This record gives sequence, structure tokens and C-alpha cells, in this order.
Amino acid sequence: MSKGLPETRTDAAMSELVPEPRPKPAVPMKPVSINPNLLGYIGIDTIIEQMRKKTMKTGFDFNIMVVGQSGLGKSTLVNTLFKSQVSRKASSWNREEKIPKTVEIKAIGHVIEEGGVKMKLTVIDTPGFGDQINNENCWEPIEKYINEQYEKFLKEEVNIARKKRIPDTRVHCCLYFISPTGHSLRPLDLEFMKHLSKVVNIIPVIAKADTMTLEEKSEFKQRVRKELEVNGIEFYPQKEFDEDLEDKTENDKIRQESMPFAVVGSDKEYQVNGKRVLGRKTPWGIIEVENLNHCEFALLRDFVIRTHLQDLKEVTHNIHYETYRAKRLNDNGGLPPGEGLLGTVLPPGPATPCPTAE
Amino acid sequence: MDKEYVGFAALPNQLHRKSVKKGFDFTLMVAGESGLGKSTLINSLFLTNLYEDRQVPEARARLTQTLTIERRGVEIEEGGIKVKLTLVDTPGFGDSVDCSDCWLPVVRFIEEQFEQYLRDESGLNRKNIQDSRVHCCLYFISPFGRGLRPLDVAFLRAVHEKANIIPVIGKADALMPKETQALKQKIREQLQEEDINIYQFPDCDSDEDEDFKRQDAEMKESIPFAVVGSCEVVRDGGTRPVRGRRYSWGTVEVENPHHCDFLNLRRMLVQTHLQDLKEVTHDLLYEGYRARCLQSLARPGARDRASRSKLSRQSATDIPLPMLPLADAEKLIREKDEELRRMQEMLEKMQAQMQQSQAQGEQSDAL
Repeated sequence: MSKGLPETRTDAAMSELVPEPRPKPAVPMKPVSINPNLLGYIGIDTIIEQMRKKTMKTGFDFNIMVVGQSGLGKSTLVNTLFKSQVSRKASSWNREEKIPKTVEIKAIGHVIEEGGVKMKLTVIDTPGFGDQINNENCWEPIEKYINEQYEKFLKEEVNIARKKRIPDTRVHCCLYFISPTGHSLRPLDLEFMKHLSKVVNIIPVIAKADTMTLEEKSEFKQRVRKELEVNGIEFYPQKEFDEDLEDKTENDKIRQESMPFAVVGSDKEYQVNGKRVLGRKTPWGIIEVENLNHCEFALLRDFVIRTHLQDLKEVTHNIHYETYRAKRLNDNGGLPPGEGLLGTVLPPGPATPCPTAE
Repeated sequence: MDKEYVGFAALPNQLHRKSVKKGFDFTLMVAGESGLGKSTLINSLFLTNLYEDRQVPEARARLTQTLTIERRGVEIEEGGIKVKLTLVDTPGFGDSVDCSDCWLPVVRFIEEQFEQYLRDESGLNRKNIQDSRVHCCLYFISPFGRGLRPLDVAFLRAVHEKANIIPVIGKADALMPKETQALKQKIREQLQEEDINIYQFPDCDSDEDEDFKRQDAEMKESIPFAVVGSCEVVRDGGTRPVRGRRYSWGTVEVENPHHCDFLNLRRMLVQTHLQDLKEVTHDLLYEGYRARCLQSLARPGARDRASRSKLSRQSATDIPLPMLPLADAEKLIREKDEELRRMQEMLEKMQAQMQQSQAQGEQSDAL
């Protein structure tokens, strides 16, 4: 399935050069010969630099959701990932802290800057997930939230007078925290991922991995991968969206060997071999968060931020969002939403001026 | 012959010899969600491999699994003493998406053992009563949470008056020392808030030496015990072999008191309080069950919970004779029970008389 779709205006503002779709040409193209008299350098390749400058000026949005039982280190991990206090830890022992009775959705935004590039990061926390005695359907508020963001975007897109840059609150990435039991996935994990892998990019993560030895880790990961496969759960990067062979080999390696990443998070620094490192100090040793021999945090960070950040956004926009949009339009009889809302998925959003059929 | 030496100081030895010959029964229940290291800990505690053939079902199978109760028995011998240890396991607890009432099978199991014992005790042939009552319940709390979860609280409240609960934090090597302390503190607070009565280790006698008292106090302070289990022996770079878990950043030693409370748990559970656990089960928990049971038979609907302070049986005169729908065997049981009570009363009277005559005797001596 070709991922490239006609660029929307929002894409242009925020993304690097997206390759145009390569449809099979109706007529084979004649090879164009370059006039050998035209020597020298044209300068087309500076487009990359121009895009980069634009990105730096406008900055970009990234929305990451964390899901998992309380106490699995979600907030700490996000803070470690982005090297700043972007997620408020609810783990202060002194405060009276009640587990919410239903799953709450808390979105907190921060602007982080690095190397001249500004990122508006939104961390969406889901306290209460999986903490009750009866956790049936506790994923529903989460699914609802995700669809609401698609709906918001859709409404903006469908407006006659559109904003130059539609604010993107869609969830680009959902980190799902698996408890390091060492046995297998829990039924709740399966249920959540089954329901949500179709609407959002899920990256499963093994939390608090410092309780497993190397053998236990690798066995557990194998078992989890197998269980996900057997249950037809496609986590990000999804096989069907690999664009070319290069992507496929790279992603295959990640899918079959590295994921789910077994991570440890920390916001405390310790002195190890003369360096200050983030870690956890125990009587039997110091666990270094960024040491690949200790845990796979660095792999997760590189994966999410340094190599696949843009791809996460693209898959969200081009696949998940489009799926949602198609469904909404179909439900509405091909009409844009706002006219005779029949959407079975969501409650109606705020009233928008009813656009006529486009 | 020394007229002041009667010789019953040798009684403890006689008891000891008898119990050594008889052997020792103990039933330990282990509960808590899966993946907290319960089986490994049991194997570590008793140096056995009780869970060798265990199959952990995968998540899809557990979607519809109900809680089962499994019993495993093992005979351990040490220093000439035989212990018949029965382990009660609760696989499936806390696994499902909907865990409502998942503790009920456990409660029912414990009460069934009480009921069985009550029947045996009231029966005709009481020579070989098998004591299958649960003497202790090790409840495993997750180190990944922030204290007791709602499910933990529900389980503990359902079970605390029926079995001796010793709370334990499993896989404690997930925590740094400060985190362990904070978690223990939080759990203790929650236990108090929720009015959950865990097993109280008895105070040591006042005539013990200071060292022992201090040790005892330290051990009590470390409840809930933060434990790590392992059955693997690790040779850590040339030093002596230890039982532990080897990580890339170091090795956790199971028997190192600075690493975890395994030694404390083993000492308190196995080495010093095994007998007390049995006694509390019999004198308090079982009696409570028995009183409730008999009273509810006598006055259906009226429940009177034996309070913690009342260690003695309610005297026979307080409980009106229970009326039972009868099979003949039941009738016989009731009659025997009555006889028992009458005999008990007689015994008490005799004891009272003896004491009186002793007192009189002393008086006359003094005079």
C-alpha cells in the first residue's frame, strides 16, 4: 500500500521532503539527456537546507501518549527521553495520592529547543489504566481521546477558510508499558493492544527492566513477540507500511530483535568512572540508563527521536488519520462531517460552520 | 533423693522427642499476582524445586481463566526433624482483566479446611486428624506499584481474619534502598488505614538479652519483607559462591541482609515462628471460625466475631446447643461434642480444686 498521498499544506510546513508517489507511468518516459554544454552545479540539492531552515523557524509538534499500570515508571521514562521534566511524576511518596476510579487523560505541553529546532512536545498521560480490580474496557477512554483528536483535525481540514497550519493534537506515538513479570503478556496488555494498534502507533516497552537478567530478558522478549504475532497485533513499525527494501530490512531487524525495548528510566545522576551518568544506585551496583549493556533505553530513544520521529508522524497522518477520515466520510454518506452527523465512533465535536459539499 | 526435684523439667525434652517422632505439618499459602517471584522464593526458602514441571499459560489462555487452587506437598528433613510442608498456590489470581471477587475461591478454600478440621475434631475417630488448615499466607505485593493496589486491599480484607498474613514485597531488586523504605512505609500506612490485621510476630520475652531484642525489633521494622529469590549459585569473580541473580551491573545476593530481607523472612517464618503460626491458627483463627459457625447454627443470622483479645474458648454454657438438621451420624457427633464439653467442665473444676488445695496447703505451711 503506497504511503504517499498528495501533500497537504500542513505537511509542507513541517516535514522534510516527502517523496512524491511513484505511480506507474502510463507511457514509458524517454530518457532525458543532459545537455553536456550545461556544466556546473544547479543547486537543487539546497532544497534540503531550505526545508531545514523552515522547520527550524516553524518548529514542529510531537504528541506522545504513555499507557500502563501505575508505578511502571512512565513519567520518569518520558522525562529521561526528552531530558527535561516534561512529565510530572505522581510518585512522590509523601503526597496523598489516590488512584483515579476511571482512566483519566491528561495532556501537558512543553516547548523544548535543541540546536535551534523547536519542538512542541505534548505528553499524554493515562492515570488509572489497569489499576482497578475490574479493568474491563478501561481502554475505551483512551480510544475515545485518540479519535477525538482525529475528529478535531478533520473538522479543521474540512473548513473553507483553513488555518495555515492546523494545530496537530493527534497522538503520534503510544508507548505501552509492559510489566516485567518474566512470564508473558497479561490479558489486559493483549486487549489494549488489540483494540488500539489499529488506530494509533503502539510501541510496546518493557518497563523497569532492571529486574531481569540477560537470559530472562531475552526469553521474555521472545515470548512477548510471539504472543503479539499470534494475536495479530501489529505494533509500530508495522510491516505493511515499510516503503522499500531498505526500510524493510532496517525495520525487520528492529521488529524481530530489539523490540519490545527493555528500558530503565532515571532522573538521578551518579558518578561512574569519572563521568556523571543517569542511573539507579543499588547496593549491588549502579544501573546506567544509557549503557547498552544495562538496558535498551538508548535504543528506544534513538528509535523514537533520532530516526523515526518523522515517520511516526507520517504514519499517523497518512494511515491512521486517513483511515479515520475515510470511515467518517463513509458513515456520513460521503459528505464531510457536520452535515447529518452519523458518526458511530465519537460524540460530536464543537459546532463548526457547516461546509457545503466540496 | 532430692525431695524438691520432681523431674517434670524434663517435659520439654519429652515433647521434643514426641514431636520429632511424629513429624511436623505445615501448610503455607502463597498468593499474589503472577510474575512476582513467588515460586522462586518458595524454592529458595525451602531449598526445593517444587515448581519444576510448572507450565505458565500464555496471556490468551489466561483471558478466561478462573482462579484455581493448587496444592503441592514436600517432605523436608533437617537435623532429624521431618517437616511435611504443603504449599497452596493460587495461579490465576489477579491475572484477568476483570478480577472482581477473584479472592472468593481462596476464602472458600481456607474455610473448607477449617470446616474439615471442625468435622474431624467433633468426629469419633480423632487419632489421626490431618491438619490441612492454612497456617500462614504469604501475600506478595508488587514492587512496581505505589503501595497496595485495590486488588491487594480486597484480598487482604477478605483473608486477614482467616489466615495469618505475612506481606512480602516480591522482586525487591527492582528497588533502590530509599524506594524500598518508602514503599514499606506506604504499605504499613495503608494496612493501618484499611484496618488489615497481618500476623503479629509476638514480642520476645523480657528476659532475652539486649542483642536479641534489638534484632527482633529490627526484624519487625522490616515488615513487609522485601525479598529476592534465587536458586542459582553465582560465582562472582573469584569470591565465594553465593545464591543470587547476576546482572550486568552487579550481583544481587539473596542471603545478604544489605540486599534484601530474605534472611529475615526465613528466620522469622521458618526458624522461629513456625510453631507460633500454627498455634495462632488453631487458637485464634480456627476458634473464631468455629465460634461463628456454631453460633450461626444456633442463632441463624446472628454473628458474633471473636475479638483478638479473647484467646480462650467461650465457655460451654454461653453457647446454646446447636440445632442441626440431622442425619444419625451428625446426631452422634453432637452427642460426643456435648460429652466433650462436660468432660472439659469437669477438668476445669478439678483444676480449680487442685489449685485451692495447693493454696490451702501453702497457707498451712506458712503457718
